Amino acid sequence: MIEIRDLHTYRGLNYVLQGIDLDIPDGQCTVLLGRNGMGKTTLVQTIMGLLRPRGGTVRIDGTDIAGRPPFAIARRGVALVPQGRRLFPSLTVEENLTLGVSRRSRGSRPAGGAGWTSERVYELFPNLGQRRHHRGNQLSGGEQQMLAIGRALLTGPRLLLMDEPSEGLAPVIVERVGQVIADLREQGLAIFLVEQNYGLAIRSADSVSILANGSVVWRGTPGDLDADPAARESHLGV
Amino acid sequence: MTEFIVQTINGFTLAGVIFLVSSGFTLIFGVMRVTSLMHGAVFLLGGYVAYSVIGALHNFFWGLAAGTVAMGALGLLVERGLLPLLRHSEFAELLATLGLVFVIDDVSLAIWGGNPLNITLPGVLNDSTTLPFHGIVYPNERFFILGVSVVVAVALYALLRRTRVGAIIRAGVDDREMVSALGINVRVVFSAVFVLGTALAGFAGVLGVPVVGLAPGNDVTILLLALAVVVIGGLGSYEGALLGSVIIALADVYGTAYFPAVSYSVLFIPLVVVLLVRPQGLLGRRSMA
Ligand SMILES: Nc1ncnc2c1ncn2[C@@H]1O[C@H](COP(=O)(O)OP(=O)(O)O)[C@@H](O)[C@H]1O
Ligand SMILES: [Mg+2]
Repeated sequence: MIEIRDLHTYRGLNYVLQGIDLDIPDGQCTVLLGRNGMGKTTLVQTIMGLLRPRGGTVRIDGTDIAGRPPFAIARRGVALVPQGRRLFPSLTVEENLTLGVSRRSRGSRPAGGAGWTSERVYELFPNLGQRRHHRGNQLSGGEQQMLAIGRALLTGPRLLLMDEPSEGLAPVIVERVGQVIADLREQGLAIFLVEQNYGLAIRSADSVSILANGSVVWRGTPGDLDADPAARESHLGV
Repeated sequence: MTEFIVQTINGFTLAGVIFLVSSGFTLIFGVMRVTSLMHGAVFLLGGYVAYSVIGALHNFFWGLAAGTVAMGALGLLVERGLLPLLRHSEFAELLATLGLVFVIDDVSLAIWGGNPLNITLPGVLNDSTTLPFHGIVYPNERFFILGVSVVVAVALYALLRRTRVGAIIRAGVDDREMVSALGINVRVVFSAVFVLGTALAGFAGVLGVPVVGLAPGNDVTILLLALAVVVIGGLGSYEGALLGSVIIALADVYGTAYFPAVSYSVLFIPLVVVLLVRPQGLLGRRSMA
């Protein structure tokens, strides 16, 4: 689905991504690990078009979209569950959820992510349904995360970018996030999961990459990583 | 007491006019982070355009429509033609919109001269009504201005609260990057808000003539009032603009009526108090990501 080649991104004067090569295949869960400040969020934001790369390519189904505006990338089937969730505090739960659903995109989206409605999200997360007229910022952390996921799903994506969805959540909620990720993958959605929670990452992953100092320093299967304590120790400290 | 009631009604009428200007001003800032310093000049130019159209067609409502549409068109021109050249530089945008103030002022002076002009409202609107209390006689045109402001305020509220476009605008004030990441072309929404905001300023410039007059210098006064309103209410907040307009307008009329020597200071007391106690504005959010 996505091929990233020799991607370079700056944040201000910080040279953060120093030549990233990474594939995110259709229908799989691709996990990115790495310590704080290594550039995981920078990579996610570059894929989504929120940051402009200095060089390199991001191909979606063969078309280079590097440097395109976020809405154009979203319309190609990429959706973002951002770090910190970034819900719209001025909007109700229902408005947050349906903002990305335009008349144009209704029904005309490619299969895979098709068929998501607010009702379906409320079935998946009943708590949200009970609070549909509350403001987005009146929810618990777990509910906010579910809302951020639902909001992304309603744009009808084929690829979901999830940036630390377990951050700040209680273990039982993290468990729930893990289930949701597994279900979505089961339904054919491609997932790019950035995580600090090693357990969640390993359970969800089809393949794992580790980012350190601006480039991918390790890649393999979750099994490989479990069997490689040296790599875990030096790149993750777990 | 009679005096106080009259001043209070005056205050709310002025609040209506100020709200029409500052609601657009605050929305433009909210979604685009552009402080449009030309907003006062647009107000004045809208009035002048209407003055000429009314002179030619002898119809107030054509003048009102012309002033509104012409200023909306000017907004479109600035937003599409000028601002893109300056993207990413707030300072350049400030200077450019300030430069436009001088251009509009000079052109207006050349065309309409330096003397105060007036626009009279038609028919019964030009009469007065005797109120059923204290025998107060009050001009109908001011009731009309107040009524129209309320209608526009309600319509704007419905647009913001009840429509998808309104939800996009509110979300854009919160976090415009995220709006774009949901597949929405925020640039188009920005343009629409800019045009709506300048059209509202033009509309207010015509409607407000019986209250604030039509003369050079009004542009600066109105810009200062709009700035004070959004600082008090909170930048980017519709409700803040509403509340701020009422506070500033009442401070202005009471100050002018009861403390004429220091009326400008009275006007800025609420401003200073809000800045000290709640710098993000009464209804503003602490930080806007
Ligand atoms: N807005 C910013 N301006 C400048 N540097 C930034 C900004 N945001 C993050 N950085 C820097 O970029 C680097 C990568 O950050 P980030 O991508 O958020 O890392 P991660 O998500 O892996 O924790 C960090 O060193 C951070 O200090
Ligand atoms: Mg991060």
